[in-house]
Amino acid sequence: MGWINLSAIWKIVVFGLLAGAGLPALFAIGLRALVLPGSRVQTAGADSDHVYGGNVLGLVIAVICFLIILAALGWGIYEVYQIGHPAPAKH
Amino acid sequence: MRNDLVLVLVVITALAFDFTNGFHDTGNAMATSIATGALPPRVAVALSGLLNLVGAFLSLAVAATIASGLVNTAEVTLQVVAAGLAGGIIWNLLTWLFGIPSSSSHALIGGVIGSTLAAAGGSAVQWKGLVSKVVIPAALSPIIAAGVAAIGTWLLYRISRSLTRGARNHGFRIGQVGSACMVSLAHGTNDAQKTMGVITLALIANGTLPTGAQAPFWVILSCALAISIGTYLGGWRVIRTLGKGLVEIESPQGMAAESSSAAIILLSASFGYSLSTTHVATGSIIGTGLGKRGADVRWNVAGRMATAWLFTLPSAGVAGALAYWLAHGIGGSLGVIILLAILTGLSLAIYLRSRATKVDHNNVNDQWTGGAPSEPEPAAAA
Repeated sequence: MGWINLSAIWKIVVFGLLAGAGLPALFAIGLRALVLPGSRVQTAGADSDHVYGGNVLGLVIAVICFLIILAALGWGIYEVYQIGHPAPAKH
Repeated sequence: MRNDLVLVLVVITALAFDFTNGFHDTGNAMATSIATGALPPRVAVALSGLLNLVGAFLSLAVAATIASGLVNTAEVTLQVVAAGLAGGIIWNLLTWLFGIPSSSSHALIGGVIGSTLAAAGGSAVQWKGLVSKVVIPAALSPIIAAGVAAIGTWLLYRISRSLTRGARNHGFRIGQVGSACMVSLAHGTNDAQKTMGVITLALIANGTLPTGAQAPFWVILSCALAISIGTYLGGWRVIRTLGKGLVEIESPQGMAAESSSAAIILLSASFGYSLSTTHVATGSIIGTGLGKRGADVRWNVAGRMATAWLFTLPSAGVAGALAYWLAHGIGGSLGVIILLAILTGLSLAIYLRSRATKVDHNNVNDQWTGGAPSEPEPAAAA
């Protein structure tokens, strides 16, 4: 290995962007779907902090987004565990 | 040459360092959550401690780097490891006292490199490993983290712009609990590993373990416990500098900063890069300031930190070298025992000195008044 491991840096940047910016963006999309106004009567004003707007489709999209995030985290942690526990070298 | 008494002392000192590391670095994980009110301070600190414990078991790559990737284990003695630890701890305590989130990792690595240089000269240091696994990641990681956090912040505000302010803050506060947890987990995978690496190095130096050995289970467990207890007892001082000193943070920014930090630390740890969680967290927080229009980054505080970082490796190195010469000058087990006694006395003095300007869960979120980050206004007598 050289003084600079370019392939590692490249991977850190790409996966860093996907996980570090992509997953929060997905969370924001879920949040936005969740607040979509629905059939339920909206009594809240502009400063309301109610997150669920009452739209069923929005709720479904939000749940899918949040599940993808959880799955991605689980997979990522599993990968880190796998890489970090190499099988002991056989002598 | 085996010397089990000295080995035990070194292991205890290393665990004490791990404890101060948790104590020192809690701020990185929970600073933004506490600053935005997403989590109550006590809950944040307890959760962070628990996740550090879990994270410590997650990966052994960084421990392997420290144990056999930085110095030639054949030329390292227990005395060298003890002196390196002492140098690292002194630097860590000094920066903690002044509220500077300097890097515990670099303090430790600097100390070990310094004492190795003093003991065996430049040939005993694996310069290539040091540059490729410590120096370059140290230089690049805050920049990458800042970039990811800036893009994340921009995306979050862009996507959530149609939400009411109240709904947005509430939603992201919930998201932030998740991202802060990931940071704590990442912190355990990186920082608990360093002490495991040093203890493993000491075990190899003592001949207890063969060259190239992995950290034994009792080492992993004791390091995990030390860092999580340290984390629980809390570093209110550093939390304050990070959460309020650099930029004023809203919950979408907090979430973007933490996600970026967690992703970069976890990815780097899995490559065995021993980077500083402090550097990454600071880079991310600055990034969120850059990613939001109108946000104000306090560059002078950032500059102060950057200066402290530049000095960390060499200063801890000098401290490590001085410690080695002291221990070696006295010689034998007695040298190491006197060195560690001096270290204990110094730690106690710095701790007592720090009680004078106490930062705890009562005043950690007080209004920032500029000036020195370590001197908060006293809690309002309301």
